[in-house]
Amino acid sequence: MLLGVAAPTLAIAIAVAVSSVVLVISGDDPFEIYSAMWEFGTQLNSIISMINRAVPYYISGLAVAVGFKMNLFNIGVEGQYYLAGILAAVVGAWLDLPAPLHVACICIVAMAVGAAWAGIAGVLKATRGVNEVISTIMLNNIVGLGLGAWLMARFRESETGGSLQIATEHIPASGLMPDLNSWLEKIGLDVPQGSRLTGFLLVAIAVGVVFYLILERTRFGYDLRASGMNAWAAASSGVSSNAMVVKAMLLSGGIAGLVGMSYVLGDFGRFTGDFPTNLGFTGIAVALLGRNHPVGIGLAALLWGFLERSAQRLDLMDVPKEIVVIMQGTIVLSVVVAYEIVRRIRAAQLQREVSAQTDDERVSDVTGAGATA
Amino acid sequence: MSILEAHTVERDPGDRSRSSRRVSPLRWVAIAVAGFVVLAVIGEITDSGSLTGRGTFGAAVRLALPIGLAGLGGLWAERAGVINIGLEGMLILGTWFGAYGGVEYGPWWGVVFGVVGGALGGLVHAVATVGFGVDHIVSGVAINLLGPGVARYLNIVVFDDRTGATQSPRVSGDVGQLDLPFLAGGPILGWDTPDVLGWLARQEWFVLSDIGGALRGLTGGLSLVVVLGLALFPLTWWVLWRTAFGLRLRSCGEDPIAAESLGVNVYRLKTIAVTISGALAGLGGAVLVLVFASIYREGQTAGRGFIGLAAMIFGNWRPGGLALGAGLFGYTDAVQLRDEAAVHSLLLFVAALLAVLGVWSLARRRSLGGVLAVVAAIAVFAWWALTDEYPTQFVGFTPHITTLLVLAFASQRLRMPAADGAEYRRGQGR
Amino acid sequence: MIANRDVNLTVAPGEIHAIVGENGAGKSTLMKILYGMLRPDEGTIAVDGRQVTFKTPTDAIAAGIGMVHQHFMLADNLTVLENVVLGAEPRKGLRLDRDAARTRIREIGEAYGMAVDPDRMVEELGVGDRQRVEILKVLYRGARVLILDEPTAVLVPSEVDQLFENLGELKREGVTIIFISHKLDEVLKVADAVTVIRAGTTVTTVDPKDVTARDLAELMVGSELPTPETRESTVTDRVVLAADGLRVTSPEGRTLLDDVSFRIRSGEILGIAGVEGNGQRELIGAVLGLQHLAAGTISLDGADVSSWSTRRRLEEGVGYIPQDRHRDGLLLEAPLWENAALGHQTAAPFSKGIWIDRAGARARTEAIVADYDVRTPGIEVPAHALSGGNQQKLIVGREMEAKPKVLVAAHPTRGVDVGAQAAIWDQLRDARAAGLATLLVSADLEELIGLSDTLVVIYRGRLVATLRPEEVTPEVLGSYMTGATVAEGAA
Repeated sequence: MLLGVAAPTLAIAIAVAVSSVVLVISGDDPFEIYSAMWEFGTQLNSIISMINRAVPYYISGLAVAVGFKMNLFNIGVEGQYYLAGILAAVVGAWLDLPAPLHVACICIVAMAVGAAWAGIAGVLKATRGVNEVISTIMLNNIVGLGLGAWLMARFRESETGGSLQIATEHIPASGLMPDLNSWLEKIGLDVPQGSRLTGFLLVAIAVGVVFYLILERTRFGYDLRASGMNAWAAASSGVSSNAMVVKAMLLSGGIAGLVGMSYVLGDFGRFTGDFPTNLGFTGIAVALLGRNHPVGIGLAALLWGFLERSAQRLDLMDVPKEIVVIMQGTIVLSVVVAYEIVRRIRAAQLQREVSAQTDDERVSDVTGAGATA
Repeated sequence: MSILEAHTVERDPGDRSRSSRRVSPLRWVAIAVAGFVVLAVIGEITDSGSLTGRGTFGAAVRLALPIGLAGLGGLWAERAGVINIGLEGMLILGTWFGAYGGVEYGPWWGVVFGVVGGALGGLVHAVATVGFGVDHIVSGVAINLLGPGVARYLNIVVFDDRTGATQSPRVSGDVGQLDLPFLAGGPILGWDTPDVLGWLARQEWFVLSDIGGALRGLTGGLSLVVVLGLALFPLTWWVLWRTAFGLRLRSCGEDPIAAESLGVNVYRLKTIAVTISGALAGLGGAVLVLVFASIYREGQTAGRGFIGLAAMIFGNWRPGGLALGAGLFGYTDAVQLRDEAAVHSLLLFVAALLAVLGVWSLARRRSLGGVLAVVAAIAVFAWWALTDEYPTQFVGFTPHITTLLVLAFASQRLRMPAADGAEYRRGQGR
Repeated sequence: MIANRDVNLTVAPGEIHAIVGENGAGKSTLMKILYGMLRPDEGTIAVDGRQVTFKTPTDAIAAGIGMVHQHFMLADNLTVLENVVLGAEPRKGLRLDRDAARTRIREIGEAYGMAVDPDRMVEELGVGDRQRVEILKVLYRGARVLILDEPTAVLVPSEVDQLFENLGELKREGVTIIFISHKLDEVLKVADAVTVIRAGTTVTTVDPKDVTARDLAELMVGSELPTPETRESTVTDRVVLAADGLRVTSPEGRTLLDDVSFRIRSGEILGIAGVEGNGQRELIGAVLGLQHLAAGTISLDGADVSSWSTRRRLEEGVGYIPQDRHRDGLLLEAPLWENAALGHQTAAPFSKGIWIDRAGARARTEAIVADYDVRTPGIEVPAHALSGGNQQKLIVGREMEAKPKVLVAAHPTRGVDVGAQAAIWDQLRDARAAGLATLLVSADLEELIGLSDTLVVIYRGRLVATLRPEEVTPEVLGSYMTGATVAEGAA
């Protein structure tokens, strides 16, 4: 258990060390900078901003993690959430429903679009053996290099009111997610002007809980993880690996569809040309850092949000805030190195335990004849 | 005690020999020529000369080269058994370092710095994957995070006061050009040789002039960096498939345990291969800066690292196939840049390709794929016949859809190195 | 841990020296020491009277020792030439001198009667040729002492004869051969001297002319041999599993299984004998529903299950002990209790409705660990931490505890030690007495003869003979299996 905490801590320590070296080389005082980041990042409006940033990262991380559990690398969350965002916003503006239902419908559309787009990669892999890394990269590019722009051109808002902003029609108020400021005020916090805690936080938490229940507690999740660990053995236990590839991609894409929804249903209220990108790639890093576990991914997403929020303070100090990106990259790399080291320590420990259990047995060949055929 | 155990019947050698036989270079040439003739005919029918115009092919080469170099980087790494999804990050490092070298010391230094910058990224990937046994994809993702972060950070630290956070100052001067003597009228020792291909291109002979023009585009007005980059494709083939070093390197990708048992230093070779991989991607970045833009600009790689990886897989982990794949991306980009209207005619080309593919599949009794391809061919043809233009937004992703289709129809025939992406520890045995 | 102690081995030049011992007796460790892959804590090695220390295989190669591994060390996607010269390439400048290599390989091949086309891809070669490439690799490096680790394990009898001819040729050329095996008849046939190794120690060295296979076997085990002996018949009249006219074809259209029909009754063990690769895998796949049937039907308890999914068949009472437990039987990274659920995840106690029943699964796993003597520190450790024998006991336990109607058991005791083997045999017999219908596929002929109520021989995808186990000897069975004898009354 102690080892479980050791790896991420070690990784963050390495990342801080590397960033400090970079800062010192470029003539800055790391301690001054870190304390300024901490001071700024722990103010209430910074914490709200951190959570708002973490919400899409978290959902994105979960989407990627579903793939990882099935031994699939869905690098296409990027395209899936972007496409889902556009189409959900279009449908949302067009629908006219009572409030909770309206929001639910928009989310369902987003999930369906994400699932369908990811499903293409799933079907191609299951039926034609196309590597999902390549197909999802291509699907990303199809959205990013034209399909997105084409859809925006088709569905762009008719009454621009003189604005040059390219955007879809506004979603009516019944289709928007209320913020959670009133909850914060209820517990006695004084929310600063202009800060809004996104209501989509609740959806993110729900997705995390459902993710955990499905993967760890249901038969379907067991089948999915079994197939990811060993497709042959899973097939012998009655799990069709091809069907599971498609199902896992659909699930992953469905979750991916929700990634951008905190923007569409929150501050933006529609899909705009400056919709945030790269959330899908961030999700990969967050999923890796969080070890595909819903709590771990949550912590990783919050860390990412914190780093990005507190980096804004750096501009005032005349330090490039890109130091944070270097930190993030170093964290990802060092966390896997740290996990690898911990894994080896644990394997050695286990080996000792097992042989203590069985030292009365004859020394046996390491591989065992079962592995030879 | 078993008296008979674990016997295996000799496998029928006819079993897999078909899949292992590769297409000979001559057939590639034949396919290329046939494709070209079809393009020329379509260009004639639809009156869009830019499909086969000489400028198009010159531009296609320039546009394809960064993709091809990234793919070549991927090829080196994966032939040694390391998946390199961090090519994009290494490409970005190449662009910034290339620009830095170019701005501070001149264009050739830009090339050198770009290569070194990319190689540093490769070295990080090598240390992580080979030294620490980190999952290759994880390490690649980290490098894709680090690449742009480092580039932007350095750009701010070094150039911010001059040009802002997202771009560098302009690189002045260039690395020089090359026209091949006789073919494209380049000089030999000060004597201007005749421009044979240029002359042929001007004759307006059907197909022949098109070919002349295309070759003229490929042989004249080439930046020396482009020449250097192109030369790396045959060089890679020669090194990997004709030298002892190459054999050892490939053996690490096919079966590192067997290689180790024969005294091959697998760690060292993998490290070298991945570092070279980064260097090649870095060169691709330098080409982007020095040949296209003359400056470093954030986002200028536009996912070319990933596309290079796709082109490599498309090319079946071989330099020739990779060059073809990269060329496909470069060509569609070039057509789009030079003549957006001509892209509409490409629909006809796609329809023709699909039809050929369908007939071929049907002839080999793969009925489902064949029927699908024929139906798709008819649909694309109808699209071409019933419309006058291709939505401009679609042009950008046309090569990506093409790749997806090609993979869907042909990916079973691809063969990656057997131990690609597998974790290897010294002395793990079998 | 001590794998070897007091090992004394003296091999004379130009002799074929066999080393025999059980699985896990320490043969492999000894070979690794001789080949420089492991270093001894004590003791010395001398070659031609000169004492040597090997730090790596490279040192051993330099001293003229070469190793032919049991699991071939060949890259499929490279040519024979490339595999042979790798690491010791002839060069011309920077280039690999393929012509020189080709000539050299041809010369060696002809000198020892082992010609293999240097330009073929290894993946196109059969097992016998692959082994020849392995030997060529070693000879190419100038080895004078050849260590062959279980060289016949993967060969069919005709290839074994070919190998022995090659070894004779090598011996005549003065090459010394150390031959590791546990196939005693082969050892007696080919060796000039036999050293027996047991529990990591050399027991004795004997002249093969003075001993029988039975003597050697008892020297290896150190006691009377356990034999699988089925007592009285428990076969009933009720047919549980029936196959009629099964046919399976490969995607390329080759027939892998043809016109296979059999019946297994409650309380019966049907043994399938055959050289590996003659359709056993396809037959098992057909019964489990992993393999698409081109023709024929499978019925379970009288119901036609041919169109059922694998899952439904498992739910209806088919159990499966796979041949390759790492590939088909375990989730190596998952904890034992998740492994105990594999194949039974849809049934109690492993699940309730759509949910996994963790408590139930853990309780069942604890029971399996206790009842089947799985040596483990706990049920939360990953399966890869267990030894092969304990992994197998876990699999046997999980299948038996599910109380199947039909058990498909492929090589159920492969790679487990003698004690565990006897336990697994007992469990199979007890289940049989309780009415289980078992399809037993094995390469261990004594196991087949000892356990089966009925024996059928599979050869090239067809059932070619039905034999009574009490009347058949391993020799007779062997000749059916290789197609040497064609039986009357094929099933």
